[in-house]
Amino acid sequence: MKTALENIRIEAGKALEAAADTAAVEQLRVLYLGKKGKLTAILKQMGSLSPEERPVVGQLANEARAKIESLIADRKEALGKAALAGRLAAETLDVTMPGRKTPTGNRHPLNIVLQEVEEIFLGMGFDVVEGPEVEYDYYNFEALNMPKTHPSRDTQDTFYISDDIVLRTQTSPVQIRTMEQRKPPIRILSPGRVYRSDAVDATHSPLFHQIEGLVVDKGITMADLKGTLATFTQSLYGPEAKVRFRPHHFAYTEPSAEMDFMCYACKGEGCRLCKGEGWIELLGCGMVHPKVLENCGIDSTVYSGFAFGIGLERIAMRRFAINDLRLFYENDLRFLRQF
Amino acid sequence: MNLSMKWLSDYVDLNVPIKQFAADMTMSGSKVEGYEIEGGPVSGVVVGKVLEVIKHPNANSLYICQIDVGREKPLQIVTGADNVVPGAYVPVFTDGSVTAEGQKIKKGKLRGEVSEGMLGSLEELGLTHGDFPYAREDGIFLLGEDCPVEKLGQDALEVIGLNDTMVEFEITPNRPDCLSIRGLAREAAVTYNVPLKLHEPVVKGSGGSIDDYLKVRVENQELCLRYSAAVVKNVKIGPSPRWMRERLRACGVRPINNMVDITNYVMLEYGQPMHAFDLVHVKGNQIVVRNATPGEKITTLDGVERTLAPEMLVIADESAPSAVAGVMGGEFSGVYETTQTVVFESACFFGPSVRTTSKQLGLRTESSSRFEKGQDPENCIPALKRACELVELLGAGEVVDGIVDISAPKQAPVTQKLDDAWISKFLGVEILREKMEDWLEALGFTIEGDLVTAPSWRRDVTCQYDLAEEVARFWGYDNIPSTIIHGEVKARPTEEQRFVRGIHQALLAQGLNEIITYSFISPKSYDQILLPQDSPLRRSVVILNPLGEDTGVMRTTALPSMLDALARNYRARSESARLYELATEYLPTEEGKLPNELQKIVIGLYGPEEDFFTLKGTVEALLEQARVSDWEAHPVKDDPLFHPGRCARLQAGDVTLGLIGQVHPAVADNYKVDVPLYLAHIDLAALLEKTGGSPVYQPLPRFPVSTRDLALVCDEEVSNAQITTTMKKAMGKLLADWQLFDVYRSERLGEGKKSLAYALTLRAEDRTLTDEECDKAVAKALKALEEIGVFLRK
Repeated sequence: MKTALENIRIEAGKALEAAADTAAVEQLRVLYLGKKGKLTAILKQMGSLSPEERPVVGQLANEARAKIESLIADRKEALGKAALAGRLAAETLDVTMPGRKTPTGNRHPLNIVLQEVEEIFLGMGFDVVEGPEVEYDYYNFEALNMPKTHPSRDTQDTFYISDDIVLRTQTSPVQIRTMEQRKPPIRILSPGRVYRSDAVDATHSPLFHQIEGLVVDKGITMADLKGTLATFTQSLYGPEAKVRFRPHHFAYTEPSAEMDFMCYACKGEGCRLCKGEGWIELLGCGMVHPKVLENCGIDSTVYSGFAFGIGLERIAMRRFAINDLRLFYENDLRFLRQF
Repeated sequence: MNLSMKWLSDYVDLNVPIKQFAADMTMSGSKVEGYEIEGGPVSGVVVGKVLEVIKHPNANSLYICQIDVGREKPLQIVTGADNVVPGAYVPVFTDGSVTAEGQKIKKGKLRGEVSEGMLGSLEELGLTHGDFPYAREDGIFLLGEDCPVEKLGQDALEVIGLNDTMVEFEITPNRPDCLSIRGLAREAAVTYNVPLKLHEPVVKGSGGSIDDYLKVRVENQELCLRYSAAVVKNVKIGPSPRWMRERLRACGVRPINNMVDITNYVMLEYGQPMHAFDLVHVKGNQIVVRNATPGEKITTLDGVERTLAPEMLVIADESAPSAVAGVMGGEFSGVYETTQTVVFESACFFGPSVRTTSKQLGLRTESSSRFEKGQDPENCIPALKRACELVELLGAGEVVDGIVDISAPKQAPVTQKLDDAWISKFLGVEILREKMEDWLEALGFTIEGDLVTAPSWRRDVTCQYDLAEEVARFWGYDNIPSTIIHGEVKARPTEEQRFVRGIHQALLAQGLNEIITYSFISPKSYDQILLPQDSPLRRSVVILNPLGEDTGVMRTTALPSMLDALARNYRARSESARLYELATEYLPTEEGKLPNELQKIVIGLYGPEEDFFTLKGTVEALLEQARVSDWEAHPVKDDPLFHPGRCARLQAGDVTLGLIGQVHPAVADNYKVDVPLYLAHIDLAALLEKTGGSPVYQPLPRFPVSTRDLALVCDEEVSNAQITTTMKKAMGKLLADWQLFDVYRSERLGEGKKSLAYALTLRAEDRTLTDEECDKAVAKALKALEEIGVFLRK
């Protein structure tokens, strides 16, 4: 019987090794360990053994059962692993195939840049304020120190609605309206659409966007103007961006300046991009003219301020290396989807 | 304004490279747009003397010349020109030289004869007949007496004076004084802290008295601030000398004849527009400066007859106007070959009036653009004297003694305190008073004690701010420090701005791309969208001076802009498009008042995946983000822009949120699109009015839900809204949610019938619902539905 137990154990081990799947293993389990299994059959013959032999053979039988059970468990585990490996192998994907997107939309490139500019100035304490695009001549020109016969008006070709109403040529009227309503300290940013009767080409459009800023408080200096705009430029173009301020003229600021930043292509040496100047014009600015302050009921002997105006298209074109302004208003998806 | 550097050197001694000069002038306030060295690419041209000219043995029209260019041996040069004679001095393009057109000249053979270069014509040097009137245009330029040769082989450009540098300035309208050599010279002198060498014109005169030649009457001294004139008799019209022609050329003015050249020369040098005319054409020798009479006509120099208005100022004789003051002369107001006696006019007209006249006549001239910026009346006499001095210098005529000078009362100069402490504080940098005074004095300001007075040509300086600018310019903007604004910082987006940001997020998340369109449209767009003729939206804000019809009116609806964008992408073969714009619409109010500017959310879709319900779903998601609930969709059948069976008005109580729908095929056709287009037009103000504001947390449900599916049958006319409203009413709070999961039509159901299948979710807040409770609620709903003709499908 000892031999028979030994044989069963060996036989079971061989059979299990040959079992191809978990179902075959299960069949073997029934075959060897089941109620009508081979091991049970042998144990049933235990009655024919002497009382001395019985515990010994019992022991052996238990060992054989334990061994077979452990072989079954091992085989099951091995088969499970193999099956999983097989499944995983079968599930292998070509990971270079394209992904499936949940399409989201894009903001217009002009507004991407506008939002960035707004955030920079928000951080410096500027509220964003808007105003009407169809505007009284008074707010667009006269209050800004440009009476009807002022030659400066020629530099801003104006669309007229009537003698007294125009399409605003700048967002400065928002500054006037703000100064009429709020008392200093004032720090505002006024972005928006402006209109000038320029025919459409790669760098001109009858409608474009301006971002103007205004600061009015006691003791505001030209050094503050420079510091604010230098901070802005460095936030937008990086800490190494260099700017220069050069004298200019606007009717509503005095002193007035234009701010250039150093040509990024030639680093100030002069190249085709900057027309040999080494610098590229970025914005106009200046200290608010006392007449403008007085027109808004602000005492120019107590308060001073500065203002600036940035062309949104210009900085957006630079940001995205766009060479034709018309693309902004054509709304071609092949363009819009790039941002 | 173009500046000749040679001319400038009359006034200031500078020794700076041109690039540095351009940069320094720009930084002190005179913006340099660019500069150019005369002659352009021309190089390698020397002066030679013609020794011998013989006919080419192999070509009838060619000549072989021996030219001495100061080398060991003369150069042999073959030319086709027939005006080359021995003894003449000529410009010689030697081997390796370059012409004005950029052509490189090389040694070679012409019909078997060696040619070691080329003889130059005016054109090859980049010159015109006006520069050297005696030179033949179709021949070699034989140098005249005005080109003295020091040495053969010398640089020809130097000999003919083609070696100036021209600097182009962009002068701002507040500085008309800088539209002159003297003005720019003054700026340069202060920039470099060198003396300004001003010249006082001296006129010898030739006796006689101007009163015997000319009488002048100024009738309107408000518009004619000063009128001065001089008379030149025995005029000899001819070309002006080389130095004058050269300087005019460098400043971009074509030389014509001595008299005309003198007026242009003085205008450039002094910035004072001058006019020279023949006394013969002054009837009665009487000049009257007066307003035009109503309907009065004048034919101006450009040959156009113009009708004048009474507010325009003219220069007239006894009978008729001869010039529009400060704008343009009449057709007989020039100087001619036959002219004996010339009148020089040097006047100052009131800028705003010249500007208005020039605008009304549509006639802008060099003169009008100078006057409208405001000329200095004190400049009239020096300029007039300079013109007379030049006449004598050129031997162009005899200056009659005396001048006419009729002047309005002088404008008082602006005198103010020089508040150096305030200026330093305002600029944010400490600057010494002495420095300020030095700059101001060099600019022509007079300083007495505390007070500073602006010169007559600086009417732009009226307040302390203006003085601060003068100081800042010469201190250098770059030398002002950069500081951070002091004071409290508090800024945040408004409620509305944050709301709008959320709107963008909701639309972007649904795959919509933002567009930006023009605010003006063609009035024809209203026809394209089939807007009824009597629609109030046809009344737009009209632009008086549009660029074209396409941009003629401010849109009262942004839908045409969106349709244009959709059509554009369709034409570009984009299979689908999901677009949105936050657009402004402009609705006129009263005459003379500003329009209402309304913000709309416009959505436009097309493509194989799109239908009415993808549009509606997009809008539903938008409204969820906007926290607008309790709205309903009502069918709209009569909006001509939309499909009559696929359009809805979204209504929240008594507030209309907007319209959504499929574009009417006829409208799509007008945009040349033959697939369905979908539009939503939502009013931002309505959303803001109806938004529920910040969300309030609702406890998570503690009890499980029960579900019931209902398949219902009804007539086609019954709407989903009717059914769900009825169910909600019948089941009350127990109906937590519902989904329409199937719509089914079949012959078995019968014509005009449909079946709708709903999945209902039932829940109570305080207990688990029993089956009986659910069945009871459903039964109640079914009973209510039966009343509106909706039955459980059998």
